[in-house]
Amino acid sequence: MIDWLVNLADWHLLALEPPGWGGLLLQGLATSIEIAAGGYLLGFLIGIGGAAGKLYGGPVTRDLLEVYTTLVRAIPELVLILLLYYAGSGLLNRIVTGFGGEPVEISALAAGIFVIGVVQGAYQTEVLRGAFKAVPFGQIEAARAYGMTGLQVLRRITLPAMLPHAIPGLANLWLIATKDTALLAVVGFTELTLATRQAAGTTKAYMMFFLAAGFLYLMVTLVSNIIIGYAERRTRRGIPEVSA
Amino acid sequence: MNAMLTREFWQPHRIGLAVTAVVLVAWMAVSLRWDWLPKYGPLLIEGVWVTIWMLVVSCVLGMLLALPIGLVQVTGPWWLAAPARMFCTLIRGTPLLLQVWLLYYGLGSLFAAWPEIRQSWAWPYLRTAWPYGVVALTISFAAYEAEVMRGAFAGVPKGELEAARAYGMSPFTAFRRIWLPRALHRALPTLSGETVVQLKSTPLVATITVIDAYAVISRVRQDTFLTYEPLLFLALIYMILAGVLVFMFSKLEALVPVKGA
Amino acid sequence: MTKMLTAALVAVTTGLMASVAMAETVRVGVAAEPYPPFTSPDAAGNWVGWEIDFMNAVCAEAKLECVVTPVAWDGIIPALTENKIDAIMSSMSITEERMKTIDFSNKYYNTPAAVAASKGSGITATPEGLAGKIIGVQVSTIHADYAAKYFAPTAAEVKIYQTQDEANQDLAAGRVDALLADSLTLDAFVKSESGAACCELVGNVADDPAILGLGVGVGLRKGDPLKDKFNAAIEAVRASGKYDEITKAYFAFDIYGK
Repeated sequence: MIDWLVNLADWHLLALEPPGWGGLLLQGLATSIEIAAGGYLLGFLIGIGGAAGKLYGGPVTRDLLEVYTTLVRAIPELVLILLLYYAGSGLLNRIVTGFGGEPVEISALAAGIFVIGVVQGAYQTEVLRGAFKAVPFGQIEAARAYGMTGLQVLRRITLPAMLPHAIPGLANLWLIATKDTALLAVVGFTELTLATRQAAGTTKAYMMFFLAAGFLYLMVTLVSNIIIGYAERRTRRGIPEVSA
Repeated sequence: MNAMLTREFWQPHRIGLAVTAVVLVAWMAVSLRWDWLPKYGPLLIEGVWVTIWMLVVSCVLGMLLALPIGLVQVTGPWWLAAPARMFCTLIRGTPLLLQVWLLYYGLGSLFAAWPEIRQSWAWPYLRTAWPYGVVALTISFAAYEAEVMRGAFAGVPKGELEAARAYGMSPFTAFRRIWLPRALHRALPTLSGETVVQLKSTPLVATITVIDAYAVISRVRQDTFLTYEPLLFLALIYMILAGVLVFMFSKLEALVPVKGA
Repeated sequence: MTKMLTAALVAVTTGLMASVAMAETVRVGVAAEPYPPFTSPDAAGNWVGWEIDFMNAVCAEAKLECVVTPVAWDGIIPALTENKIDAIMSSMSITEERMKTIDFSNKYYNTPAAVAASKGSGITATPEGLAGKIIGVQVSTIHADYAAKYFAPTAAEVKIYQTQDEANQDLAAGRVDALLADSLTLDAFVKSESGAACCELVGNVADDPAILGLGVGVGLRKGDPLKDKFNAAIEAVRASGKYDEITKAYFAFDIYGK
């Protein structure tokens, strides 16, 4: 028993320089955050398009978007990641070569961002749709009456006005995105969780490395929460407090 | 469900989309390889059963844990509220996959270092993988659902509780008759979504050698070298399971009167 | 807001584009897990081991620029066929089953399959010796196939692990009674700190070439001309004595096999 307590506290294994594995873990953390951020932004673009399509699109667009969001929300992320990770690039290449192009080589990073982005997109579509609907229609009509184009209305009125409503949902999705990157470990992508398992497997100090990784993920969440709290206060400025 | 049968649903473009979908499915059925299905069918049914079992057990146990954890955050003394709060932050702040591995490969291998545990009655269970899977899933569900229950408990109007007191109910009776049912009522609409999320988390236990539906499909992938067909079929299984869950919860919600909610 | 969107678009497209450029390099897939002494990550994030040294020698010989690309073992063949990697050098045995999907170079090592068990367990590497026991194997390996054919009928259970390293961990933790795997990787495990404390090799299993294959080769896409390059380079590395030189650094004997 004392044996494993000593093993548990084998702190030099966490040193930043080799032979410590700390540097590798931090590198994994950086990759995780990079993918989460990339996937989140891609998801935001999909979400804006999806929400606009669901609210203002034609019947076919609306139905297809409904199929997309329903599928993503019903199928486990792990299965989606496997499907998209292997099928995504294969499909893209078939399309590219079908048009007579050279096969494209998709980096693992881009594939990871794509996968997280598609999953995030479905959830962000729903969050943003709700937020868009919360913008009083009179404001949009007024903007139209001023002679603004559709894009101008979106940029000047709708987006700023809906943001306070969207932020709680979007913030929650960001936290989900950071945790979903861990699933990429299953396709062999060396982000924080897989780097941790490799370190743990090599050194056999499973408990310590998993706790260390848990600590890093927790820090991401806590730091995010601080930023989110600040952003919420900022965007809510000047908006009357409405009792929920 | 009934919406499907109405005339309103079958607008012209929907007929077009449905035809496209049918053609797509037919194409998949014909041009992709499905000859592995009969051979792995029985295994797959067992796997789906394990998935359902994991889901039900972890949701029921998780909910039972979530009630006190949510409640003490609303009304408990600080020395109960603070640890409850910390538990939720810890679990919700880290990936479930990491928790599963921490329990199985981390904690589980520490048990083996104790001869007392290795010789005890519990060892035959601790050796297997499913207890770790159930515990990890239960803890996770408890943490997320406790957050919901905290909001639900806090959201029950104070006046109702005061009225209960005025009727001369003891605090416990008031809790049992008013506070708990009203809070559960408020939490019910989110339960459907949370359970689907939990269903989607169950395949993670396959990474610690529990043979659920996902693990069976992994085996098919290994044995047949097929990439898409098994995964597509697995996606279909989860869609059906999610659909059944949502349907069951909508029936449940319909049973509960919504007046004044 | 616009700036943020543009930045995101640029980030995504450059991510896609950046990968188009390198064409002359060969991405060599290895399982993203420690598999000593053949392929394992070190604390600096580099891949090391016999197979990595051998790969470098072969690639230098064939004038290929090889890049080690870690992928999940259970998806390593789809990764090859879906063009995520160009070759597999991850101790993958040449079997009839796999040859239906991919091509192989000539073999570059061949070692027997062995059984490891807890010390003093009395387990032997035979179906009788493993009757009623829990046996651990790695998914999608010749050892998993062998266990399914010879041991599963009498064993209590054949547990399938995603990585060899996890199987090793569970033998040390007492959650399986025995492991069936490559003799060299098991040897490395029972000589490691955690392995030496708990476990020992109990012998090699009876050979079955139909399942255990014809040795380890480089996995390649069907019809890929890289096959000839790899074959010529493996031949040259063996002839030049480089092969023995690399082997001596890891093993006390020849691992090329008969």
